[in-house]
Amino acid sequence: MSIQVHISTPLRKHTSGAGQISCNAGSLPELLGQLGQSYPELQRHICDEQGQLRRFLNVYVNEEDIRFLGGSEYHFRDGDEVLLIPSIAGGCLS
Amino acid sequence: MTERYELQCRECRTSVGNRPSAVCEECYSPLEVNYDYDDVRTCLTREVIARRAPGIWRYRELLPVPDGYEATLPIGSTPLVSAPHLARELRSRRLLLKNDCFCFPTLSFKDRVVAMALAQARRFGFDVVGCASTGNLANAVAAQAAHAGLRACVLIPADLEAAKVINTQVYGARLVRVAGNYDQVNRLCSQIADSYHWGFVNVNLRAYYSEGSKTVGYEIAEQLGWRLPDNIVVPMAGGSLITKIKKAFDELVKVGLVEPKPVKFFGAQATGCSPISTAVKAGRADFEPQKPNTVARSLAIGNPADGHYAIKTITGTGGAAEDVSDKEVVDAMQLLAATEGVFAETAGGVTVGVAKKLFAHGRISPDETTVLCITGNGLKTVEALNGRLELPDPIPAKLASFQEHIADEAEAVAV
Repeated sequence: MSIQVHISTPLRKHTSGAGQISCNAGSLPELLGQLGQSYPELQRHICDEQGQLRRFLNVYVNEEDIRFLGGSEYHFRDGDEVLLIPSIAGGCLS
Repeated sequence: MTERYELQCRECRTSVGNRPSAVCEECYSPLEVNYDYDDVRTCLTREVIARRAPGIWRYRELLPVPDGYEATLPIGSTPLVSAPHLARELRSRRLLLKNDCFCFPTLSFKDRVVAMALAQARRFGFDVVGCASTGNLANAVAAQAAHAGLRACVLIPADLEAAKVINTQVYGARLVRVAGNYDQVNRLCSQIADSYHWGFVNVNLRAYYSEGSKTVGYEIAEQLGWRLPDNIVVPMAGGSLITKIKKAFDELVKVGLVEPKPVKFFGAQATGCSPISTAVKAGRADFEPQKPNTVARSLAIGNPADGHYAIKTITGTGGAAEDVSDKEVVDAMQLLAATEGVFAETAGGVTVGVAKKLFAHGRISPDETTVLCITGNGLKTVEALNGRLELPDPIPAKLASFQEHIADEAEAVAV
């Protein structure tokens, strides 16, 4: 099983510029764990001290807010397109 | 701080200077504008403000206005009027309406915020400005962009009221109707702002834009004779307005323009889209997103960007939040119009309906001064009254026909 993770621009400085990542995470907690292994800096910035995704980051699965799908309980399906984006993102030029 | 103001993270307090981004790159929380208040205190007095022309620019030291920016539009300075007849209905003894139905140029409080965003759009060199909008913001961006000679691209949910669509297109703005709700439009705008060098007023310019809402608070204080009210009832969509009025009152105290005083903040939503009021009523610090379904389309934001801060503002001031059904919204629109001669849009119905509920439940003391924020004009949402008002059949142009027509009133008015 494989999912596509889209990384919005403000987060890319912690993914060596990568905007799209393929992985086989089965759920959001697994995805955060895998991202943390590949990009420890990214995890430090997007997760709080308890390892939870910070309040102002949103996750969409196939354009639906993951909170409407069960949040951390949602099981990713093969081919899912996952978008990780700050709640008021966009336009960062740095 | 090298300028009068700069952006700072609301959570980790990292300062980032001035730039067209609304998000902290350390913790991805929202940025907001911070000022050198010691400096403001020395130059902004009641007398200085009194000498200036009416409008939002009279408070410019407390706003993110670029140095040398020449503001030309007379935005703001809307009426704060006593509402004695509505007060009687609501069982309040001192009720006032802050009436942005008449805000220039597009008849809603969004004219205030767009003024800030467009001043910054120029500074950052954007030729195109845009927004995700539930209608009022679309109108304000389109009109002010036309005035400023900027191109506008406005994204809205496809089901908006006709007047809000026409009031966007008439100014020559590019209108993109998205088959989805506001939250989907907003997410799309975030992605667009990532890829286009455009100034999205409520995305990458949001930190500056939202500061314009503070002028509602400054005006209320000045119109009360530089005093703060006891209570204020504010409609909530993204939750920004209520937090910015709180910031405005706090700033006025900080720079010595008003005496410190506790003000209770009350948030109003429609039950069909009530993530913030639901969280407040349940005692939660965070909201659960909702799929909006309400006649109050201007408030139909199920994933409010400032919801967390709106909850904090309400609970931290000892206020409350409440929501009302669509029927109550329209009833309250008619009540406001019939008692005070103010035709507000559906959001005004939400505010009045919620205020009525809060007074009835004893959540607001009738003896205190309470301000209701009426944020937009009823002519923009006439559809809400469909089925409520009957169009009378025409009568022949004869005195006898008239007398027959109003026979039920004739006894009372005959002279």
